[in-house]
Amino acid sequence: MSTQYTVVGTRPVRHDGADKVTGRAIYGGDFTAAGLLHGFILRSPHAHAAIKRIDVSKATAYPGVKAVVTADDMPPAPGDKIVDLGEGETPLSYVRGNVLASGKVLYKGHAVAAVAAVNPHVAEEAARLIEIDYEVLPCTLTAPDAMRDGAPILHADLRMKELGQKTDRVSNISDHFRHVMGDAEKGFAEAEVVVEGEFNTSTVHQGYIEPHNATALWNNDGRIHVWCSTQGSFVVRDATACVLDQPVSQVKVTPLEIGGGFGGKIPVYLEPVAALLSKKTGRPVRILMSRQDVFEGTGPTPGSHLKVKIGARRDGKIVAAQAWLAYEAGAYPGAMVGPGAMCVFAAYDIANVVIDGYDVVVNKPSTAAYRAPGATNAAFATETLMDELAAKLGMDPIELRLANAAKEGTRRADGPKFRKIGCVEVLQAMKNHPHYSAPLGGPNRGRGVAIGFWFNVGLPSSCTISVNADGTVNLVEGSTDIGGTRTSVAMQAAEVLGLRAEEVLPTVVDTDSVGFTGVTGGSRTTFATGWAAHDAAQDVVRQMKERAAKLWEAAPESVTCERGVYQSNGHSATFRELAARIGETSGPVVGRAAVNPRGVGGSFAGAIADVEVDPETGKTTVVRFTSVQDAGRAIHPSYVEGQMQGGSVQGIGWALNEEYFMNGSGAMVNSSLLDYRMPTALDLPMIDTQIVEVPNPAHPFGVRGVGEANIVPPPAALANAIHAAAGVRMRRLPMNPPAVMEAIWRKSTSPDS
Amino acid sequence: MAQVYIPGLLRELTGGRETVEAEGSTVRQVVESLGRVYPGLAERLVEQGRLRPNISVAVDGEISSIGLLEEVAAGSEVHFITAIKGGRCARRS
Amino acid sequence: MQSKVHVQTTINGEPREFLCEPRQSLLECLRDTLGLTGTKEGCNDGNCGACTVTMDGRVVTSCLVLGVEAAGAEVTTVEGIARGSALHPLQRAFLENAALQCGICTPGFLVAANALLEAEPDPDEQRIRLWLANNLCRCTGYDKIIRAVQQAAREMRGANA
Repeated sequence: MSTQYTVVGTRPVRHDGADKVTGRAIYGGDFTAAGLLHGFILRSPHAHAAIKRIDVSKATAYPGVKAVVTADDMPPAPGDKIVDLGEGETPLSYVRGNVLASGKVLYKGHAVAAVAAVNPHVAEEAARLIEIDYEVLPCTLTAPDAMRDGAPILHADLRMKELGQKTDRVSNISDHFRHVMGDAEKGFAEAEVVVEGEFNTSTVHQGYIEPHNATALWNNDGRIHVWCSTQGSFVVRDATACVLDQPVSQVKVTPLEIGGGFGGKIPVYLEPVAALLSKKTGRPVRILMSRQDVFEGTGPTPGSHLKVKIGARRDGKIVAAQAWLAYEAGAYPGAMVGPGAMCVFAAYDIANVVIDGYDVVVNKPSTAAYRAPGATNAAFATETLMDELAAKLGMDPIELRLANAAKEGTRRADGPKFRKIGCVEVLQAMKNHPHYSAPLGGPNRGRGVAIGFWFNVGLPSSCTISVNADGTVNLVEGSTDIGGTRTSVAMQAAEVLGLRAEEVLPTVVDTDSVGFTGVTGGSRTTFATGWAAHDAAQDVVRQMKERAAKLWEAAPESVTCERGVYQSNGHSATFRELAARIGETSGPVVGRAAVNPRGVGGSFAGAIADVEVDPETGKTTVVRFTSVQDAGRAIHPSYVEGQMQGGSVQGIGWALNEEYFMNGSGAMVNSSLLDYRMPTALDLPMIDTQIVEVPNPAHPFGVRGVGEANIVPPPAALANAIHAAAGVRMRRLPMNPPAVMEAIWRKSTSPDS
Repeated sequence: MAQVYIPGLLRELTGGRETVEAEGSTVRQVVESLGRVYPGLAERLVEQGRLRPNISVAVDGEISSIGLLEEVAAGSEVHFITAIKGGRCARRS
Repeated sequence: MQSKVHVQTTINGEPREFLCEPRQSLLECLRDTLGLTGTKEGCNDGNCGACTVTMDGRVVTSCLVLGVEAAGAEVTTVEGIARGSALHPLQRAFLENAALQCGICTPGFLVAANALLEAEPDPDEQRIRLWLANNLCRCTGYDKIIRAVQQAAREMRGANA
């Protein structure tokens, strides 16, 4: 496939590999500093309560305690100030309110106060002595409940926005929007077969293994230095500056290694608090979250409630589709219902569509992005109904999808037309995959398929490349590396320079040392930072040609460069030979690039899942699983496969087991990794992968970005497989043993269900 | 002339028309020319010289990160999209 | 503040001594007192395996072991896996198979897998999956980790043959 390339498409060992297999890599929680103090955050025991009084005197007096802070120590948030902190625009008051609660707590686990002490145990003991009088308020935990008249109101100042217009209605519905294309009513009137259903998905967590952490030093010169694990060092810089009302130049963020994020390590939680504690003590302060804090205080993905209806002609052509989506934002507005609405029918070419989306606040943690945010929930509904439609029409489920698949030029309901996409190619790869035609190999087994779409994003990236005298280069970037992007970025520079991957030495640096770079998220890093590396490498090539021209007393435009060999009028030198002589020419060669790329290529993914459902217990075992995804161009195929496998398994966990199990008073009762059961090695088969390459015509190497779309299909594919195995249609996630068992019982007692 | 797609909720201002043509080589110029033909429309899209927080603009299918400054070619498709920015709902109460 | 206990132990083959409060976990002592931060904290209640070490040859989650319990024991952490400046076959196999993404779980997997291969040179896939079931990885879906362990086992058997 990539025969024209020598580095792109190969599988070199990652540059940070040795550090990560020897334990030498320094993650956020590993950081220490002279004089370090340890912070502890006290969190609300109630899901919804007014804070009447906070008395910190006993904590302050506790031996070993150096400082205590509450929301009163933060600068006041100007009422209507809007900030954009990497995930879209949001009122500053919400960002501050989530960092430390002011006036009210909105979920169990909401941070209220913090203590810095000589060790973490003392800090926790002292925090427990803080006296808080709460007036407990009724809570609302699901979107349907929070939307009803008379529901407990979270934000007295939140006015519902209805179809783009502010209303006077005080509500938990922050926003209701609608996408309309064609005439859905007319379309359904033409439909000969209609399928519809109501679906629910539970709140689930990103589940990264490394808890959030932050160390901050508010230095004596007024500058704040933060060390942490984050998906975006510049987001942390900007958010910390905003919350503390400081100019961005006063904050320096050094991103340390990060132990997983999946979207959940974009928001700031600890950094401003650590900084406030440092300001009060004059010493660096480190705060580490516990696993319970991570579950109860950081971004889960929205629980969601969906009603979807699809109408088709007998020949399989879909003529109308309708969706109603209500997503739980958690404590502050901003559920991922917008992207959900854009993705719900994105895979198909449908003339008549209406989509209503509702962003609803509830008394649960403020949600954060989770891998293709909003799309997995939506695809669970659409792709389950597609399976039902195929059955009703007597069509093969992949053929039905192919007959309706979105292509270049297909218009989505939210407006824009697709450019070159790989939906059809993914479906064809699924159809031709040996898995799709293999025997099931046993009783109580079934096979299901589903596809999914995610946009991917661009956003700014910066990069510099400096040439070393030994013919290697140092690449400086600002994208924190969650899963091997140092290497996928360096490989793109190596391809341009004609070097081996190992000859490009990538470093992720602090916010003082590189140009602005957006978050590692939205499947953008290999796409956008890779693009910056490509452009910076081209800048190096241009300068190297000038140096060669100087050495050879030739005209710069006469110098050519082919795979790292520079030539002009009989002269020839390799990159390495030229690099050794750049000192003779006119000093260092440094290439640079700052990009904000257009030409983002969305990615389609598909899943083929075989399950075995135990008719006695309802337990679903995944016996075979294949993930197919359009990578555009796979820069490092092993790490592309790794994204596909990891996303698939997160989707499997979401489908079969994971959920926030809430009691009636709004407490999560399974906030440990024992009870919040994520898939283990023993729960899974090998995850087969097939990379499809439909190059993104806009990107220098054709990259689309592969981080996210792979999580979208699994829940629906598994629901369809469960139907094939056990004859029951699952409408709710997770499809855990009790849920499947109940569906089996219901079927056996009511013959028409 | 660019082809401008009017979101459902603003079509009351264009007499129900879903697409209209407008002059301009940037989104800002397109909005200005729309405003001249359809009174009130520009104000629903722009506030204090910037796109409103709940509005994004897509030119030729791609959501722009520079908003009003995005270049528009003759024959470009311009979509004003509600509620999405950077993968997360823009919001302001 | 509680008074501290003097603990003498062996870590990665070297005699070490440290002071700890009786309530401090071995994980905390390794990381905060001894600076051995290769052992990671993911949950502090024994359920993620990121803090896996061996103690007298047994695989343990160091968050559930008290620092004082290490007295007189032989502890091996991820920092003790490599053979001098050469990587252990497991470490190489993890790199060659791209068996890590973020890498936070990798130290625990390496320690646990190393203990498996020392006890059982030829485990089948299910045996590897069972042995590693207490080590959570959220990035990889385990596929490449299992393959890396299989590759290392093959190499180590070949070297010992």
